[in-house]
Amino acid sequence: MHLKYESTLREPLVDGVKDYHQVTEDIISPIEAKPGKLWYIGLSISVLLLLFGAFSVTWEVYWGTGVWNLNKTIGWGWDITNFVWWVGIGHAGTLISAILMLFRQGWRTGVNRAAEAMTIFAVMCAGQFPIWHMGRVWMAFFVMPYPNTRGPLWVNFNSPLLWDVFAISTYFTVSLLFWYSGLLPDFATVRDRAKTKLRKYLYGVASFGWTGSTKHWQRHESLSLVLAGLSTPLVLSVHTIVSFDFATSVIPGWHTTIFPPYFVAGAIFSGFAMVQTLLIITRKILGLEDYITIGHIEAMNKVIVLTGSIVGVAYLTELFMAWYSGVQYEFDSFYKFRAAGPLGWSYWIMMTCNVISPQVFWFRKMRRNIMVTFIMSIIVNIGMWFERFVIICTSLYRDYLPSSWSYYRPSWPEVGFYLGTFGLFFTCYFMFAKYFPVIAVAEIKSILKTSGQNFKEKMTVYEDQDAEKFAHDQAHH
Amino acid sequence: MAVKKFVVGNFDDEAVLFPAVKKVRAAGYKIHDVYTPFPVHGLDHALGLRETSLHTAGFIYGITGTTTALSFMSWIFTTDWPLNIGGKPHFPLPAFIPITFELTVLFSAVGMVMTFMYLCQMAPFVKKHIFHPRQTDDQFVMVIELTEKTPAADVKAFLDSVGAKEINEQTVEAGWWIGRFDREDKLFSKQVAVNA
Repeated sequence: MHLKYESTLREPLVDGVKDYHQVTEDIISPIEAKPGKLWYIGLSISVLLLLFGAFSVTWEVYWGTGVWNLNKTIGWGWDITNFVWWVGIGHAGTLISAILMLFRQGWRTGVNRAAEAMTIFAVMCAGQFPIWHMGRVWMAFFVMPYPNTRGPLWVNFNSPLLWDVFAISTYFTVSLLFWYSGLLPDFATVRDRAKTKLRKYLYGVASFGWTGSTKHWQRHESLSLVLAGLSTPLVLSVHTIVSFDFATSVIPGWHTTIFPPYFVAGAIFSGFAMVQTLLIITRKILGLEDYITIGHIEAMNKVIVLTGSIVGVAYLTELFMAWYSGVQYEFDSFYKFRAAGPLGWSYWIMMTCNVISPQVFWFRKMRRNIMVTFIMSIIVNIGMWFERFVIICTSLYRDYLPSSWSYYRPSWPEVGFYLGTFGLFFTCYFMFAKYFPVIAVAEIKSILKTSGQNFKEKMTVYEDQDAEKFAHDQAHH
Repeated sequence: MAVKKFVVGNFDDEAVLFPAVKKVRAAGYKIHDVYTPFPVHGLDHALGLRETSLHTAGFIYGITGTTTALSFMSWIFTTDWPLNIGGKPHFPLPAFIPITFELTVLFSAVGMVMTFMYLCQMAPFVKKHIFHPRQTDDQFVMVIELTEKTPAADVKAFLDSVGAKEINEQTVEAGWWIGRFDREDKLFSKQVAVNA
């Protein structure tokens, strides 16, 4: 037998004295218990928001997109801002589940399930905006390339907007498959310990008859690894393509080559903030502090300060290029209409929230402070919403023809639509938190003996040992 | 598959399981399967299973996606309905890259998951026999198939000697069938009745 060994210098990923059964108990028992009052209140608010959103969208479909405050100058407003914001939030889930898996980051096991769920729900919300913005939404299927009676007239494969259709739908499908294939063994765990018939039936159906056979695990491992390998370039491509919606245009402020990396960094930045918001509450309410430890929160805060700083560099690069390029339109767009002008306030909210405030995370004390992290996660989410608002609206509201210059504030159906997607997101998340294992049980078990606190403590014997003696002792096993 | 006789023993530690697998195989018993609550690394090799080719299938699905996307878009833009879009070329290869990439990933992922489901015979409403209710919780369950040359008593004694716990004999359907986990199906209950 080989010795599984990880230095005690690394803090444990699972706190407390745990064995495999205890892990199952801790994570599965909230599913089996009756939900608390807070859950009902939260779910009710979410459903109400969802209904209000549905009403706002119905209103828009009935009267047409004219009920939104978009006009000839500002053709994209809150709708596309919200679209990009939600897609961006989704990116952290894939980063955690795929990229950190390839990098063999053990801490991902504590947070990946919830983060992937967040990805799927966020992409569902994002997809609503371009669809309902079409106005004649009953013709939304025209974006699909299929043999039709219109010629056949095909879609324009040169258009970034069509690339988006493919990118977002592929992203949603692949994320869902990745998430669900990981859920199968955990559903089987819930099924096999179910005490009620209904639960046994439902989780039996959901687990697809998973048994835990060695051969199945071998294939499952291979599947997860390849899906992670596919999702990694996929997640980078999705926000790259979203940024192409802007970058391939000729609008000053949009027409820049740094958009793809800048958007991807921003997406991961906002996504991690949303993961923090959700998980800080989830771990508290479900009592999962042993699995989502301060160490996990700190690791995610490190990603936030890194990606936040990349975004900051991107903002400064934009400003530099606007001046250095010597293009009058670019210069005006950034210095007169973005950092100043009637919508200038939004630029400074963005700068404060995204670049200045995350710098507190250079301090270890702040990274490990739950309250600071929670507040920061909200601030970053607000900041990243404003980033998209700034990019979209401040580039549009002052165009080449001063007589069409305009101002933009949303109408109630636009706000209602946005609130409605919050309703959709949180309704899904509340259902997930109640009925799904919010932490990947099987994955936690597979790291328990290397990174669990009670197992790590046993390693101090080896830590104190002379290296030669250690090698000598282990060589014979 | 068919109804077969098995001897089932469970282990609560993978450190005991590995030497046990080695000894059971060396003694010539036929291990039907070992059920574990999480992927135990190296267990597939210890059981003598061959490597999976699932990733190769994924690659083939991927290049199918690449070819589909490229040939489809090229055919539409050059042959079926050449459109003049701002005087741009009819065969704009760089503009095809994003969709080609997305379809490669999509075909590969969907294909691999379908193949995985098929190989493992998994689908909604598929039922399989669970040898030990805690094989998805904390027990590592070794299932040995009985043949004429291996009497149950011998196998039980051997399993006991290698450290297995709760050793018992089960006569069950080894494959899958359409059923619900909240019910004892006809197939299954009949066998239990005979056994008792």
